[in-house]
Amino acid sequence: MLKRTHTLATISALAILIAGSFSGAAIARDQIRIVGSSTVFPFAASVAEQFGKTTSFKTPVVESTGSGGGLKLFCAGIGERHPDITNASRRIKTSEVKRCASNGITDITEVKVGFDGIVLANTRSARNAKPFQLTLRDVFLALAKDVPIAEGKTTANAYETWQDVNPGLPAVKIEVFGPPPTSGTRDAFVELAMEGGCKSFGWVKALKKQDKRAYKALCHTIREDGAYVEAGENDNLIVKKLVANPNALGIFGFSFLDQNADKVQGSKIGNKAPTFENISSGAYPISRALYFYVKQAHIKTIPGVAEYLSEFVSEHAFGPDGYLADKGLIPMSNKERRDWRTRVKSNARLVM
Amino acid sequence: MTDTRNPAHLRERHRSEKIFRFAGLGAITLAIAFLGTLLVSITLSGYSAFQQTRIQLDITLPADPESASYQDLVKQALRATFPDVSQRRSKKELYALVSTGAAYEVHQFARANPARAGTELEIWLTASDNVDMLIKGKVLVDDEAAVRRLSDRQISWIEQLTTANRLEKQFNSNFFSNGDSREPEVSGIAAALAGSFFSLIICLILAFPLGVMAAIYLEEFAPKTWLTSLIEVNINNLAAVPSIVFGLLGLAIFLNLFELPRSAPLVGGMVLALMTMPTIIITGRASLKAVPPSIREAALAIGASKVHSVFHHVLPLAMPGVLTGTIIGMARAIGETAPLLMIGMVAFIVDVPKGILDPATALPVQVFLWADSPERAFEERTAATIIILLVFLMAMNLVAVILRRKFETRW
Repeated sequence: MLKRTHTLATISALAILIAGSFSGAAIARDQIRIVGSSTVFPFAASVAEQFGKTTSFKTPVVESTGSGGGLKLFCAGIGERHPDITNASRRIKTSEVKRCASNGITDITEVKVGFDGIVLANTRSARNAKPFQLTLRDVFLALAKDVPIAEGKTTANAYETWQDVNPGLPAVKIEVFGPPPTSGTRDAFVELAMEGGCKSFGWVKALKKQDKRAYKALCHTIREDGAYVEAGENDNLIVKKLVANPNALGIFGFSFLDQNADKVQGSKIGNKAPTFENISSGAYPISRALYFYVKQAHIKTIPGVAEYLSEFVSEHAFGPDGYLADKGLIPMSNKERRDWRTRVKSNARLVM
Repeated sequence: MTDTRNPAHLRERHRSEKIFRFAGLGAITLAIAFLGTLLVSITLSGYSAFQQTRIQLDITLPADPESASYQDLVKQALRATFPDVSQRRSKKELYALVSTGAAYEVHQFARANPARAGTELEIWLTASDNVDMLIKGKVLVDDEAAVRRLSDRQISWIEQLTTANRLEKQFNSNFFSNGDSREPEVSGIAAALAGSFFSLIICLILAFPLGVMAAIYLEEFAPKTWLTSLIEVNINNLAAVPSIVFGLLGLAIFLNLFELPRSAPLVGGMVLALMTMPTIIITGRASLKAVPPSIREAALAIGASKVHSVFHHVLPLAMPGVLTGTIIGMARAIGETAPLLMIGMVAFIVDVPKGILDPATALPVQVFLWADSPERAFEERTAATIIILLVFLMAMNLVAVILRRKFETRW
């Protein structure tokens, strides 16, 4: 019994020792730290892994925090405690640049990685399941909360089937599985597809100049009557739901279509199928650019940052035959890639 | 008083008893059915990840293990196996049969066996995830070529390799020895397992003594005042706080104030300890309370001090209950991801952590990250990681049951 008391006392002494000895201990960091977008995460992780295997540096730690969360951490300050790089599925905002500057981060390298296509897909396995032939206007009319009926007039969206939206489409109930508002994919979908279709009405386009708020409210609001189903951030789940529900469409990133081509098929938008070539050339309308941002102050202090950058912008990584293309990244044109590579090499500063 | 001999009344009572029994039985059957469905579906989709397709190639090791390009060696070996492949496009398809990690495997082998330098050997290398999925039947050969991730040519090569006994499923050692990877075929849970282990050790070292001490003080020594009852209520509240809140606390205090490193199992363990401690205190107090007062009184009567009576008599008798509570608290901690998100442990970690300050991730985080990956082969790995996690949980709960059976004293 006395022994037990001793063990207990030893354990607690050890606990206090451990808890005390590490507080405030700053350990020199020799490993790159990357935070940011969950869309860029698989690409950044691929480059990090390749970088760790082929160089003598440690494999960078890549966190998936979301674009906004990543930029917040990134802009918190300079020094070993703060991340060196943040990934973003959109461009950095002026407010974020200011926030960075107020914390002493004035020199930022911007790197554009490539493109990510957003697809609307349905199952391939059902009887006579054909890819949908949509236009941006069809997508907007099917999913908006309010739809224009005449010049300057709108009404609550009452379309129930795709045929109601456009007589050329099948008489199938509108049911679309998509990401929730917290997701970057949702933001991009709303900005590119919804707004794109919304602008196709002449008077709405004119509205943008007169009343920007009304314009945004009309073009960016998705209906909430059950036709659009928020299916969570997990794109694999959406693919599974499409297989189970032959009438539904789903919204997700191109890499999930690429990996699940035996199960789902992408709808044509404006007569362009969501293929590698069409997204790359810009013919497919719903695609967004992916970026990452680097603190120039850290290029000098953290070992390996410069080498990681040159690995990322090398042809065998983000080029058309590179390993990132195998992972579903859509590469930029030859000229654009060359330009970005020069900017990285010359440590060009971000200018908004 | 009702007359128990009234037959109508008796029938009525028997009937309600029967209904109650059936309802209880029904509830248990339903619970077991759900659990069974979960276990069966996870096992069915996960067991295949414990095997991995490998391809045997003839490779001549270089004289100096550090100077050669192993990528080229693997490519040469593939070309030697299929000499009639010459076009650039078909060569690329041929190289895609083996994993990009294969070159690394040859390099590791050459490093580990310097005696074999310069000799030719037959070596089993990991096949790519697409080949693996085809062999495991998760991708069908009779799908149209356009939707398959393997071309007709690649499938015919796979058939040739299989008939030559150079392609087979083997035990997937990568899964247990490697860290995370973006290539499913070489990804493993070693980094997550080590991270979970370190976090739990820290959690145990912190939460167990603090929790037990707090329970002893509150139950045996503290005067019963409004202050102690306030503390008691708050400990109960703390046990019900959503775990993400502890993560936010960890971010604010451990990372921002104490400046501890991000993604470290040390911080993970500290956050989990905060979460587990209320459970340990509550169960600890309950088991201390269950020790009959006669034990304490007997010890005090023969001249033992209060501390002696507690540490020599009451605590040892309450220990099985305290340990059970601790293990159940730890079992909850092993499955947590939400608090780890805030302190940077939801991350891509390739290098297996060697200490409590190395960046690490945890098993449930690995499940979360893989479930969100597009590659088909990650699906079975997600399920396999869940199996490993469940095995740990069951083992921990089993230990709790055994401890209780073995040491429990009935009064």
